[in-house]
Amino acid sequence: MAYRADQQRNDSPRTVVITGAGIHTSMGAGFADNAAGFRAGRTAFRPVDLFDVSRQRVGTAGQAEMPERPALASLGAREWSRMDRGTRMALVASHEALAQAGISGEMPVCIGTSAGAMPIGEDYYKNALSGTTRGQLTRVETYQPQRQMTRMMASLGIGGPLRILSNACASGANAIGHAFHLVREGRAERALAGGYDGLAQMVFAGFDSLQALSPGGIPRPFDAQRDGLAIGEGAGFVVLESLDSARARGAEILATVLGYGAATDIHHLTQPHPEGDAALLTMTAATRMAGLEPEQIDYINSHGTGTPLNDVAEANAVARWAGASSASVRLSSTKSSIGHLLGGAGSVEAVICLMALRGQWLPGNLGVREVDPVVKFDLVREPREAEVKHVLTNSFGFGGANATLVMGREVRS
Amino acid sequence: MSRITISGAGVVSPAGWGMGELRDFISSGRVVEPELLERTTSGGLVVSTPVARVPPLADRSLLPKSPRLRRASSVGKFSAAAALEALGDERLQAVVSGDLRLGVICSMMNGCVNYSNRFYGEVLADPAVASPILFPETVYNAPASHVSAVTNSTAPNDTIIGDGAELFIALDMAAEWLCRGDCDAVLVIAPEEADWLSAEALRYYDPSILAGEGAAAVLLETNGSGPVLHCVPDVVSYAVEADRKKALGRLWSELSAGQGENSLWVDGRVGVPRLDAAEDSVSWSGRRLSTRRMLGEAMGASAAIQLVTAIDALQQGDADGAVVTSVGGNQGVGGCVLLPGDQSPGNGSA
Repeated sequence: MAYRADQQRNDSPRTVVITGAGIHTSMGAGFADNAAGFRAGRTAFRPVDLFDVSRQRVGTAGQAEMPERPALASLGAREWSRMDRGTRMALVASHEALAQAGISGEMPVCIGTSAGAMPIGEDYYKNALSGTTRGQLTRVETYQPQRQMTRMMASLGIGGPLRILSNACASGANAIGHAFHLVREGRAERALAGGYDGLAQMVFAGFDSLQALSPGGIPRPFDAQRDGLAIGEGAGFVVLESLDSARARGAEILATVLGYGAATDIHHLTQPHPEGDAALLTMTAATRMAGLEPEQIDYINSHGTGTPLNDVAEANAVARWAGASSASVRLSSTKSSIGHLLGGAGSVEAVICLMALRGQWLPGNLGVREVDPVVKFDLVREPREAEVKHVLTNSFGFGGANATLVMGREVRS
Repeated sequence: MSRITISGAGVVSPAGWGMGELRDFISSGRVVEPELLERTTSGGLVVSTPVARVPPLADRSLLPKSPRLRRASSVGKFSAAAALEALGDERLQAVVSGDLRLGVICSMMNGCVNYSNRFYGEVLADPAVASPILFPETVYNAPASHVSAVTNSTAPNDTIIGDGAELFIALDMAAEWLCRGDCDAVLVIAPEEADWLSAEALRYYDPSILAGEGAAAVLLETNGSGPVLHCVPDVVSYAVEADRKKALGRLWSELSAGQGENSLWVDGRVGVPRLDAAEDSVSWSGRRLSTRRMLGEAMGASAAIQLVTAIDALQQGDADGAVVTSVGGNQGVGGCVLLPGDQSPGNGSA
């Protein structure tokens, strides 16, 4: 990486492939467990027991089981104890991705998160209110996501440099997009990228205060009577690598990253443009970079939060993007199974797309009782087998951060 | 080969609003007068913490009214004011009319602490009545979003978070966007706001640290007439080199900063020997400025205030090359080299 004014730029884009993937969600630990869950059409919501929800309108979420400390020589029990929920899930997902790719060492790390180590910050706040000073330096230090991610990298034997993107709920997709560019342009041979977020009281209460959470606790994206989202937690990571590097190592190639688009929706801080203007920009940019037409996309993993405004905007954007081929677009939101993982959503959903590419099936958009009339596409309401060559995943966040990734099963040099 | 140049700079700091106020303050050699933030713990203990605050805005033209900024906290307003100053009226009109694609990169460490403090306080009191107005402003990327909205720009907009060296990752990203043609210009903004939460937190590292606040912004373009961004090495991660002196040594060799008597190093020293040890260990024969000692420790914003100080020195002809460095707290060590606008890369003395 690094910028130097006298440096020649590589103007011949390289093929970027994925050689490792890892995931941890409320659906399960690791790629195989999650794939089995999504393939079976399971949902994974439960009552939140991490903080008091008795005065909230909603008391459930996609709360994950905490992973065990991985057996890493440089990850002691003390360091593990200082890691928050999100960091722990990020670590195990990264570990799985790197192990599958069979690499470590110095490489850029691009990570998306929205809340970072928020639960530790909450502890700091509560102790500060009471005037307690004991343990506060540790809390201040470990509250900072860059500290946590730097220690995670050291534990995994990864050198960096580290980029932490915090574009709200698009962060994870943006992180993969950044890493994609670094490898594509020859600024790095390989990169670790992904996103994570753990449940935090402040964020949970925040979405509740906006009345964005489904009172019933079950999100129903694209349902005519949808009433909000469910918060989830987890992490998804991938190893991106130049095709030349992967072939030279004899690495197994899971997919090719074909396109990435990012744009900003300036309509409102928390509400998307009703016609999905920025989403249309990112979908168009990503498919154009991939050299694909909308009818060549076999599956869209939508942002699909289940809020009234998001789903209308996204459905409109998909209709405008696909045009005459809208009816054949197959789309589902896996947030119906595990909730909205915020900063981790984009990367977790990218890993779910890898599952679809690998397994040749489509995950379901569960819980829909009556499809919203705005839906002009083929809403995949149950998991189904399908030929899947190209996938697209959308992520949109507060502040108007929009991102789209396109991936393919086959290697295209 | 395209050169990345800095076409504009803007700043809000305890010295005041705008580059002129900062220049006057730095040249006076003064140190900011802190004010005391006081709060009472639930046990009745009064905690007083000195803070270097940004003075109230006197000239409303520096921050035009915008619906987006009506509810924004200080960090959003500082960001917008610094960004608009860096952009300038002519370019702002070009962005608003769609003739200039403006990317926005916001780099920060602490972010929207003021509203986070208020909102979480409400959550602990009774989450059922916590304010929905506050919560969206607590999100890290709210300030960057406001800047894009105020400038009417739909081009890419990223917020990155990290320690005090994060700014240099933002500069590297901006250069990447420009080289790739994602945008015609990129605003890099680094804002922070002070609050008792962050001010007290800093003092756990050393009780003599004076918390600051503010924002600084630079506008980067290709082949403009301003100072040249000569190099931005990768931030040396503490995951690779945990020793700060060694990490700075590694960065310094990548910077290849020559030094003459008219070279300027705007360093990141804060006035605490233990924290300054790495930068103290570097031999430097040129001029040296430590803006954090004068304006307080504004976390993510401090390195950007250093950067615009260096840019201003180059623009004023006070230096023929400049180095800016920051030894971050827990992520890494970063820096960059700048040359005057009329020099080709490699011809400067820094």
